[in-house]
Amino acid sequence: MLNRYPVWKNALILLVVFLGFLYSVPNIYPDDEAIQVSADGVSLNESDMEIVTTALEAAQVEFFGDEISEESILIRVNSVEDQLIAKTAIEDALTDDYIVALNLAPTTPGWLQSIGAGKMNLGLDLQGGVHFLMEVDMDAALNRRMEDNLSNVRSILREERIRTRGTNVINNAHLEIRFADGNIRSSARSALIENFPDLQFQNRDSGDLSILDMRTPPDVVLQVQRDTLQANRTTIMNRVDALGVAEPTVQQQGADRIVVELPGVQDPAQAIRFLQRIATLEFHLEANAGSSSTSYESYEYQGLLVDVDNEVILQGDRISNVRSTLDQNGLPQVQINLDAQGGSQINRVTRDNVGRNMDILLSETRSRSIMTLDENGQEIEDVEFYEDKRLISHATIRTALPRTFVITGLSAREANDLSELIRSGSLAAPMTIVEQSVIGPTMGRENLEQGILGVQVASILVVIFMLAYYRVFGLAANAALIMNILLIFAVMSTIIPATLTLPGIVGIVLTVGMAVDANVLIFTRIREELTNGLPPQQAIDSGYNRAFTTILDANFTTFLVALVLFSIGTGPVKGFAVTLMIGIITSMFTAIVGTRALVNIIYGGRSVQKLSIGRYKISA
Amino acid sequence: MSQEKEIDFMGIRKFAGAVSGILVCVSIISLGLNSLQFGLDFTSGTSVRLEYSDTVDLGEVNQTLANSGYEDAVVVSFGSDREIRVVLPVDELTQVEDQASEAAVVGETIAALLSDDSDDVTLLGSDYVSAKVGEELAEQGGLGMLVALGIIMVYIAVRFQFKFSVGAVVALAHDVIITLGIFSLFGIEFNLNTLAAMLAIIGYSLNDTIVVSDRIRENFRRMRKGSPLEMVNTSLNQTLSRTLITSFTTLLVLFSVLFIGGETTQGFAVALIIGVVIGTYSSIYIASNVILYMKVTREDLMIPVRDETELDGMP
Repeated sequence: MLNRYPVWKNALILLVVFLGFLYSVPNIYPDDEAIQVSADGVSLNESDMEIVTTALEAAQVEFFGDEISEESILIRVNSVEDQLIAKTAIEDALTDDYIVALNLAPTTPGWLQSIGAGKMNLGLDLQGGVHFLMEVDMDAALNRRMEDNLSNVRSILREERIRTRGTNVINNAHLEIRFADGNIRSSARSALIENFPDLQFQNRDSGDLSILDMRTPPDVVLQVQRDTLQANRTTIMNRVDALGVAEPTVQQQGADRIVVELPGVQDPAQAIRFLQRIATLEFHLEANAGSSSTSYESYEYQGLLVDVDNEVILQGDRISNVRSTLDQNGLPQVQINLDAQGGSQINRVTRDNVGRNMDILLSETRSRSIMTLDENGQEIEDVEFYEDKRLISHATIRTALPRTFVITGLSAREANDLSELIRSGSLAAPMTIVEQSVIGPTMGRENLEQGILGVQVASILVVIFMLAYYRVFGLAANAALIMNILLIFAVMSTIIPATLTLPGIVGIVLTVGMAVDANVLIFTRIREELTNGLPPQQAIDSGYNRAFTTILDANFTTFLVALVLFSIGTGPVKGFAVTLMIGIITSMFTAIVGTRALVNIIYGGRSVQKLSIGRYKISA
Repeated sequence: MSQEKEIDFMGIRKFAGAVSGILVCVSIISLGLNSLQFGLDFTSGTSVRLEYSDTVDLGEVNQTLANSGYEDAVVVSFGSDREIRVVLPVDELTQVEDQASEAAVVGETIAALLSDDSDDVTLLGSDYVSAKVGEELAEQGGLGMLVALGIIMVYIAVRFQFKFSVGAVVALAHDVIITLGIFSLFGIEFNLNTLAAMLAIIGYSLNDTIVVSDRIRENFRRMRKGSPLEMVNTSLNQTLSRTLITSFTTLLVLFSVLFIGGETTQGFAVALIIGVVIGTYSSIYIASNVILYMKVTREDLMIPVRDETELDGMP
């Protein structure tokens, strides 16, 4: 029969509507302010809970809904003010091993949570917080690696008693070693080759010199870049964890950037200072007395001037662990663990240098802007990196050092500071902040409220217009429109855990405007068919069928554009593209299948003389 | 076929083409001379947003800042008469060694500075942006537009015909250039949000163009009589009410974003409103004009009939 949907189709639509409702509903439950307590590598138990509750009672903070799991304790409080008091009280009561963070706890009923329904994530622009975009200096990472290799080459050749005519770092992926003749070169080559499985070796002759080229192949360079980014991300993540921020985001973006988002951070300046301690470590030997003045640099250390040899004997990224501990006599010391390569490296160097001093330099990379003139005399801005180096340890080598060694002769405070510095200094490559934005909590809330109001007003206006213009059919379109918004929310809350941002809200609003387009296409087509003299039932059927190709073509091309936006864009562009894509898919469903079902229920399977679809003229 | 009266859209196609040509030329000249009023995303610097408990006197704020050494600070009101935005171009900060880490501090410094001489000032937020990111995004955006245009051309060439591809792409280029031209002429700030809006305009304008092209294709296949020009005219008339209604509802939505959605989304809304108006015009006058100019014939569209009937049966 014309214009009747089979039962299964109606049932399917009802099911989708039901699911859409179910999974978008958690978004109306407001969050509770909460405190989250977690501990590094230790599981929490009831006694921790008792300390926390006692502290809260002492501080006269009302709390409720306390939950405990092995990883964390969650306690809800009544207001933001209480939240801050509670945080301080709990921090005072617990040792430094615990991390106390401000958090928001969902109030979604348990049965909804148990079917996986949850809230949409709100972007920073909607809830306030700090956003950083940090750039990893990949050139520096590769350079350091090459210098590391060079230092290794030198000590191996020294050990094998092979004389060179000089070594040279050509660029960050290319090292050359010059020899007097080919025989020396081939013995050097065989001594070196198994120590550097990553590098490509190549012989080259230039004049009377025999040269050995060592190159990092492109795939290894890529691998190094990936590893560096990953390592930096991990370090940043650790630092962020120490900040005690709830649900921070640390993501890599592109080949050399890391995005850090700290929702709800109250003191951005402090967060920046903490993340900015972008530091790396270098191990050096103290310069021998009487060495040439170009081979060392002088640094101040506890009021004394120390000459530090330029050659780096070990890079900080070889450090796998640092702890400040006490020795057998109860004296403070800093224990440093190295990875395998670092271990053999330090062993080789220190074996020959017992009694000499070893220095650790902390090198902090900062950036500054400088203005230069380009060829047209135009002023252009350039971001320049510079290094700020500081001597943080000056100690005598007592024996050939193994993989794990200790630095002694420090006060407890010094030991603590040093281990902290080394730990925070183990970034694989220097980084700078290239973008930063601080959104106050008030502003975030304003953005969210205004955005939602925008969606509401826009929807109401469109609904009124559709109803006035298309009458009963407008009603069907409006039902589909509301359904569409619910589905977008449901998809964003559950299936694709997308983050709702301000541009995302604009995307939804735009979808509201464009979603009715499909219905407008169908309805004008039905009107046209009626004008052409088709009876109502045929007009409905033919209107839907004819408009379908058009809707498909139009939506498909728009979807392609959104897809391109999504794949190339970041930040606002991406947020917008996601909602647009979701909106296109859901609106196709609601505007075509959804309205058809409603129209079928209203008009289908009976004799109809006239359709309530606004004004149309029937031709004679 | 009893259209009450057919509007002869294509009767003024030469005139419309000339008007569009002039608009595009003016836009390009303005872009060349004035460039765009780039936002911080493209120029580097720090922007600080502040809220006063009472109405702000911008001149006074400017004076206070200048007295404290921030001569180049630009102060604008933001949203309401109680909110302001202070923009510090990058060289303001070169005295401070590390810009990014100081940006938050700068925000606090300025908030403190201003609350000294007037009432309560709250720091709403601050941004530090390096032009590097913006430039890269603009590059990506530009590249994305080209990729999108390429994919669209191929899709339309397959679904319709190559002449329609050219029509659609010319219409899109027309819309984007004129929208940018208006931004340049009126000195409206161009930032990452407006960049996203440009890309959205492509989507919108394309939507419109496809609907019209679809009708032209259908009429070419169905109607036995009539010149290409007449058939295009008929198609435009048939789709006119839809074109206007959809543009109307979209504008309805965009104006509510403009007036209610808050300062942050205003640039986005303005760009889209301009884009929708131009996109509506171009789907009527530009795409069809190009198709006619390229001498579209019935044969161009005759082959894939089977394909269409298949799709027709789907909903």
